[in-house]
Amino acid sequence: MENIIEVRDLNLFYGEKQALKNINMDIRKNSITALIGPSGCGKSTFLRTLNRMNDLVDGVKIEGSIKIEGQEIYDKNYDTISLRKKVGMVFQQPNPFPMSIYDNIAYGPRVHGIKDKKTLDKIVEDSLRQAAIFDEVKDSLKKSALGLSGGQQQRICIARALAVHPDILLMDEPTSALDPISTLKIEELMEQLKKNYTVVVVTHNMQQAARVSDGTAFFLVGDLVEFGSTKQIFSYPKDKRTEDYITGRFG
Amino acid sequence: MHKQAIKDNLLLGIIYVCASLSVLLLAGILIYVCVKGIGAINWSFLTEVSSSLKGTVGIAGNILNTVYIIVLSMLFSLPVGIGAAIYLNEYAKPGKLVSSIEFAIETLAGIPSIIYGLFGMMFFGQSLRMGYSLLTGSLTLSLMILPLIVRNTQESLKTVPDSYRQGAIGLGAGKWYMIRTILIPCSLPGIITGVILSVGRIVGESAALLFTAGSAKILPKTVKGFFGKIFQSGGTMTIQLYLSATADGDFTTAFGIAFVLIIIVFFINILTKVLAKKFDNTKE
Amino acid sequence: MISSKERIAKIVVTGCASVAIFAICSITVYMILKGVPALFKVGPLELLFGTVWKPTGSNPSYGILYIILSSLLATTCAVGIGVPIGLMTAIFLTEIASKKLASIVSPAVELLAAIPSVIYGLLGMMILNPVLFKLEKIIFANSTTHQFTGGANMLAAIIVLAIMILPTVINMSASAIRAVPKSLKQASLALGATKMQTIFKVILPAAKSGIVASVVLGIGRAIGEAMAINMVAGGAVNMPLPFNSVRFLTTQLVSEMSYSSGLHREVLFTVGLVLYIFIMIINFVLLKIKKKGEQHA
Repeated sequence: MENIIEVRDLNLFYGEKQALKNINMDIRKNSITALIGPSGCGKSTFLRTLNRMNDLVDGVKIEGSIKIEGQEIYDKNYDTISLRKKVGMVFQQPNPFPMSIYDNIAYGPRVHGIKDKKTLDKIVEDSLRQAAIFDEVKDSLKKSALGLSGGQQQRICIARALAVHPDILLMDEPTSALDPISTLKIEELMEQLKKNYTVVVVTHNMQQAARVSDGTAFFLVGDLVEFGSTKQIFSYPKDKRTEDYITGRFG
Repeated sequence: MHKQAIKDNLLLGIIYVCASLSVLLLAGILIYVCVKGIGAINWSFLTEVSSSLKGTVGIAGNILNTVYIIVLSMLFSLPVGIGAAIYLNEYAKPGKLVSSIEFAIETLAGIPSIIYGLFGMMFFGQSLRMGYSLLTGSLTLSLMILPLIVRNTQESLKTVPDSYRQGAIGLGAGKWYMIRTILIPCSLPGIITGVILSVGRIVGESAALLFTAGSAKILPKTVKGFFGKIFQSGGTMTIQLYLSATADGDFTTAFGIAFVLIIIVFFINILTKVLAKKFDNTKE
Repeated sequence: MISSKERIAKIVVTGCASVAIFAICSITVYMILKGVPALFKVGPLELLFGTVWKPTGSNPSYGILYIILSSLLATTCAVGIGVPIGLMTAIFLTEIASKKLASIVSPAVELLAAIPSVIYGLLGMMILNPVLFKLEKIIFANSTTHQFTGGANMLAAIIVLAIMILPTVINMSASAIRAVPKSLKQASLALGATKMQTIFKVILPAAKSGIVASVVLGIGRAIGEAMAINMVAGGAVNMPLPFNSVRFLTTQLVSEMSYSSGLHREVLFTVGLVLYIFIMIINFVLLKIKKKGEQHA
């Protein structure tokens, strides 16, 4: 299978502080990759380099190369708008906009110029179905998304990200603010999404990484310590630090 | 995509135009007043009283009247405002009375000064027979600044941790003793902020004073006159500015007063900022 | 001993809190008691919808329609001009300007919110009126019916009011925009929206209740302003046209209260009552918005 993301010699600095050190990583298409590691290890920062959300931070400096579908995304002429259309993102806290469920999902397509009501209706329904929440909300599409439970809100946010038809979906600890049942639902959903999307997920929860992902990358203070198949990482970690972390000796 | 870029740039352009308009306008106001006003300022302007007999121009009487009104209004409003805030925060249980008090305070905050002036004239001036006097003006303004004092005191009472209250009560202190010894000292920064903001409001007030405090500008000559002045008419700086500009056509004096007022407002602003910062530090 | 002290304390603070209710009730009662009689002495229709104001003539006439219309129209226009400019400035300060620039401009705007209204009036007299007078002379050069105002007219009042509400609108809108969670902005940008799309389609709608509150407060400030516009608007009771010298509810009180007597004075109290009713409506709307905003948060 081909690589959809190729990261070469990536360094990232917040002012003087180096947050990512010489990262090299290839991510296969239609796979789920989990990024694990203790707080402040750089896993979320790394995730945000993939759709250039770090650009919003003052004083950030990035070196190296990231290619997505063969194109260098840190190229000067590369358009961040089309990048973010291609690479969707789901955040740690569910963050639906304070508008109706329908308008939340239709936001992305509308922003990208789709106005036709029928097309929008179809996109909204498809996205909600893909996010496994259509049946729960189909009768209340006009109601505010803020009235839903946390788990439902998070699936709305996933549907919202899917509505712009991305190729890659970045998830930044998508279940850390949710209860166990909602977490399970989102994990099942990730399994489904794999068919059509490439998923990169940051997680604090090692069982979750073991359960859902194909590949796992372990970060420690800005270093990518080890990256391999999830099976290998969790059964025969090559690096002592990885072993210590997954057996719970620190972190 | 291209269309969106044009739209974005257009919007950004509008934002820039509006922002520069506001900023230039507001900066222009400050600079214009300072340039026009600074020339009028000298020692005698600040320490003498305008008199066509002696040929002097000065606003000492108006400055004194302003101080009178500040002190008197505070005297009335501060205890009542702090008391009201303590009631709302420490004694009141949610219910009809509290919501009507809250409503009353919000409404008082929204009434324009001309209405206060009208009411002050009718109630204090006529019904209570105080006439045009500094006392009438002060009583009127003390109602106007009441919401400021209550709100700011309440805000700082809210930041006092409950553990302090429980600690004091747990030691066997009565509620009022606890309020007097713990809460009021702890919420002093907020009370002072309320006072300073009120001073700013009083210094800038004109419409509420025109029919209540009048416009006299003489200085008292004796100690008895000093206290008696409370029952006499007296115009503050803003009133004098208004009269100089409209009735007398004396724009030099008007701009001189405007300059003094802006300086006062400027220092009040800085003072509240400094206090707010200090306030924040104690919270952490 | 202690318990009696405690009881007194409680009674005293309760009394303090009741002062606010007492004040608002007496203001309302006084406004009604003083304002209503003239309404019936002159006749409600004649008073409220009459267009001729001749309180001191031998056959006095007390129509305040033009005065009410002037107040409403000037407020509407001032808000129509001031709010968009203020809102755009608030967007600039919160979302576009560098932190350094914003940290210089924002305190300056706060300072302007505290500047006494007579200073705005003074500047209007000195700067605005001469400019408008020049404009007036050009526009009405060939008019035989126009009464020249020397630039002291409706337009001057509108401009002064628009400037006066700017700081209020900027400060309040900016804090409403700042209160919008960063996560919403990030979500929008992550969907590929541009900065402008994010501002106008997510941030502003999310800050809506605060922005609306700033507008209502601006309306309240504009309709209640007295001294500044009394200095720049001329002062004849006229139809509210841009280059007419006009009277407002507030300026009517400021300029005639001191020498009025008898029925004339009573009618002025009615003018005060009309103003008070407008203000109460605005206050009520503002409270409703604030309540709604709190429920959402």
